[in-house]
Amino acid sequence: MNPKHLKYSENHEWVRDDGGAYVVGITEYAAEQLGDITYVELPQVGEGFAQDDEAATVESVKAASEVYSPVGGTVVAINEALDEHPELINKGPYEQGWMFKLEDVDVAEFHSLMDATAYDKFLKEL
Amino acid sequence: MLAAIGVESLETLFDPIPEGLRLRSWDVPPGLSEMAVCDLIHRLASRNVTSHASFLGGGYYDHFIPAAVDALSSRSEFYTAYTPYQPECAQGSLQSIYEYQSVICRLTGLECANASLYDGGTAVFEAATMSIRLTNRNRVVCHPSLNPIYRQILDTHAAHLPIEIVDGDEPQDAACVIVQNPAFLGDVADLTTLAERCHAAGALLVVSFYPISLGLLKTPGEMGADIAVAEGQSLGLPLGFGGPYLGIMAARRRHIRKMPGRIAAATHDGQGRKGYVLTLQAREQHIRREKAMSNICSNEALCALRALIYLCLMGKEGLGEVAAHCHSKAEYLKSRLGRSGSRIRILNEGPTFNEFAVQLPRDASYVADHMLGRGFLAGLPLSAVGAGGPNDLLIAVTEKRTRDDLDDFAAALEAETCS
Amino acid sequence: MQLIFEASRSGRRAIALDALDVPESPFPKALCRAEAPALPELSELDVVRHFTRLSQRNFGVDGNFYPLGSCTMKYNPKMTESAAAERGLRDLHPHLSTIPVYEPCCQGALALVYDLERLLAEISGMRAVSLQPIAGAHGELTGVLLIAAYHRDKGNAKDTIIVPDSAHGTNPASAAIAGFKVIQVPSDKDGTIHFDAFRSVLNDKVAGVMLTCPNTHGLFERDIRRIADLTHEADALLYYDGANFNAVVGQCRPGDLGFDVMHFNLHKTFGTPHGMGGPGSGPVGVRDRLAPYLPGPRVVRRTDIFTLETPPKSIGKSSAFFGNFLIAVRAYAYIRRLGDQGLKEVSAHAVLHANYILARLRGAFTPAFEGRCMHECVLTAAPQAEKGFKALDIAKALLDYGFHAPTIYFPLTVKESIMIEPTETESKETLDAFCDAMLEIAARIDKNDASLHEAPVNTPVGRLDEVHAARTLDCACL
Repeated sequence: MNPKHLKYSENHEWVRDDGGAYVVGITEYAAEQLGDITYVELPQVGEGFAQDDEAATVESVKAASEVYSPVGGTVVAINEALDEHPELINKGPYEQGWMFKLEDVDVAEFHSLMDATAYDKFLKEL
Repeated sequence: MLAAIGVESLETLFDPIPEGLRLRSWDVPPGLSEMAVCDLIHRLASRNVTSHASFLGGGYYDHFIPAAVDALSSRSEFYTAYTPYQPECAQGSLQSIYEYQSVICRLTGLECANASLYDGGTAVFEAATMSIRLTNRNRVVCHPSLNPIYRQILDTHAAHLPIEIVDGDEPQDAACVIVQNPAFLGDVADLTTLAERCHAAGALLVVSFYPISLGLLKTPGEMGADIAVAEGQSLGLPLGFGGPYLGIMAARRRHIRKMPGRIAAATHDGQGRKGYVLTLQAREQHIRREKAMSNICSNEALCALRALIYLCLMGKEGLGEVAAHCHSKAEYLKSRLGRSGSRIRILNEGPTFNEFAVQLPRDASYVADHMLGRGFLAGLPLSAVGAGGPNDLLIAVTEKRTRDDLDDFAAALEAETCS
Repeated sequence: MQLIFEASRSGRRAIALDALDVPESPFPKALCRAEAPALPELSELDVVRHFTRLSQRNFGVDGNFYPLGSCTMKYNPKMTESAAAERGLRDLHPHLSTIPVYEPCCQGALALVYDLERLLAEISGMRAVSLQPIAGAHGELTGVLLIAAYHRDKGNAKDTIIVPDSAHGTNPASAAIAGFKVIQVPSDKDGTIHFDAFRSVLNDKVAGVMLTCPNTHGLFERDIRRIADLTHEADALLYYDGANFNAVVGQCRPGDLGFDVMHFNLHKTFGTPHGMGGPGSGPVGVRDRLAPYLPGPRVVRRTDIFTLETPPKSIGKSSAFFGNFLIAVRAYAYIRRLGDQGLKEVSAHAVLHANYILARLRGAFTPAFEGRCMHECVLTAAPQAEKGFKALDIAKALLDYGFHAPTIYFPLTVKESIMIEPTETESKETLDAFCDAMLEIAARIDKNDASLHEAPVNTPVGRLDEVHAARTLDCACL
């Protein structure tokens, strides 16, 4: 169900290793819980986070959720399309709905995240 | 009903309350008939004096309220309705909120407004925390023009927040500078330069305004303000010994997501019919809890309706006329009081709208007391609110004061200060 | 229906003043607005028609049963409106209370403030009450500010407030404004606060505990005395959220249960109208320890004269004067009308009515908790949701039967929650009609009636696109 090539956090973020940069977004489960997303507040390019720091906010009509940085790093890019089209997260949470990219990431932190199988299991137990 | 529930007596329903904690006795009087309550309230009301010709302002003003404001806002479909969380059966509430937000924007020259806050003082506090959220700075600068009561309210609410509140007009490193226009003592200023200085320093300009004055005066929007707040009592709300009043807040469009309070927005239903809903609720306490923009839940919705109705009744020309009357009558009184040979000194150096400060040759409270006997509420002795010396008095004039009132008042005040 | 601006016609005007009777004094042009404000131009009849028609698009308690849990939508007696309309109260300038020489002009109003504060204190078992807070949430904030002032004064370094997970959002929101971190304690299976979980988070950093009793599950907190004792042992203060006071007014008093500070919702328990969301009134009550910190100035009595005094360690001002005074007038008239016996009957009938509804509905619907409730009952529509019909659908369907929906999706602790608070002012016929409608909806769900997803159809508009509203943010007609 959840893409095999990604890693996942318990806060329902996913991370993709793009060779150098790490791309972060929220999972389909998180997007479904929120409902139609109406607004995304992204970090600034250049901002630095430690693992599990609050990095972004996603809002729907009935909820607002923090997005935590699943790994530590520095923001090198943000998905500006989400400004006008926050619904991209609902349509394609793993592709068009990507939120920000990090560099200077600790590879050990990345590997400590759940793989797809572990995340699927985690979801079943919720 | 007891049978359906399966209990023998009403008492059983209170079993969950431990026996030792039940009320044993209290000193609450027996109930009275409606007739007796009516009489009681009437007698309490009669122990107050409202017959004086009033020159008392200080943030709250004796303006004329057209009869239709009461008639319409006392329709029970408005006043016995709840917050419009089920929009399909609350389009009356929601459309009126949308229209209210619209007239506030048109009045202030700004681009968005909320559905109301509690009052002018707490609105200043909300503007301060909103500025802090927008700039990520924690210093709030209060200009001396601000109503001292608003400043007290701000201090009380901010007491345990990591906010630094300072006096002055220096925007350096500040989240905002909060200015009142007209000032508490009545002076009217052009804040355009201050707005520019604020923006150059990365700070916001918050203007606390007087709604009636915007029938005439340059608006917060025109002057470059980011956030405008006000006490809306002057828009069709009775003086009511302190409430309910109306906290007004308007702002630039780009700040809307950090604005507290409810906001109504236009949309449509499945059949394409136009309708209104509360929006951006994710900012509010029932969703965001401790991270909400504010803790506000109940607001002053019915008072906002009154303000909307008032502004619609007065209309484009009417509000300007009320403002012009207030100003001209105040200027007339000012000229009577401040004429050469008079021992009453006008303290304001520049233009004022409808309120001005005078220095009397003797104690202002003493004079005010004697003016009561002559049938006048002479104004606000300023030392009582820490805004002037013992002989200083703040005088307000509204459209309700006739020329005779003004002449008689001037004569009485002169008589009281010459003897 | 058109917007008021669409009715505007150039040159129309409802209210004009008489000709100016003093010389016209132009204002310096540089300080004037460039153009007159773009307010609509309307005749009085235009305005009256518009707002009359708008009002007809609303449900109000006067027209519709409004069983919103936690809101106490009881009938607002008309005599309270007359009380507030007394000109000797309505036209009174608040600064009469600011200036000592003006105090003789407002003795009646000061007497009313004094008597209402005294009555509310007596009703709640508190030492003193302040009418300053303007709404319930404002009362909560004032209460938490009092707690903060108390600890600061004692030199205590406490930074945490405990709330149950069933708490209303205003509780943690208010605590945050007073500078506190918030710790949530889970509810037990039976819906009361989990006592052991509570005890485990109670430490010397806790400044206060905020509870409502009965809680938002409609259940009395049995362990309240133990909770109060433990809280006080930790040198923390216990706060009572008065939102559910309608269940226990006259049956027990928060002060006697061990609460140190509380707020009242006059627009709930004491019958003042909800006004589409306000004005309300949230007076705060305290026992001895917090009395010196109350906002001021306060009305005091010197033989038969009322005057004002500020408590020695007052936190300052929650509001400028006495809060929403004309709302307090309504509550005062209500309390004097009901009196000792009447107030007791309020809670007795409020609890009776909620239990009656629970008894009639429990076959077709699933109560969230076992046993009886107090003044409100909570159902879970989770079983219906599994069939594809959520709490939202049930709520919208009720609108078509002419009832305002109960509270849905609060408290957050119950899935697909439906919280029903009928209040004491409704007749058995109304309660039965509501239950009949709910049972009919349940039967329609059993038959998989898809029309429930289209509800409401009898209202001026159907379900509105809230996503579109949030994405386009058309919040004003400019």
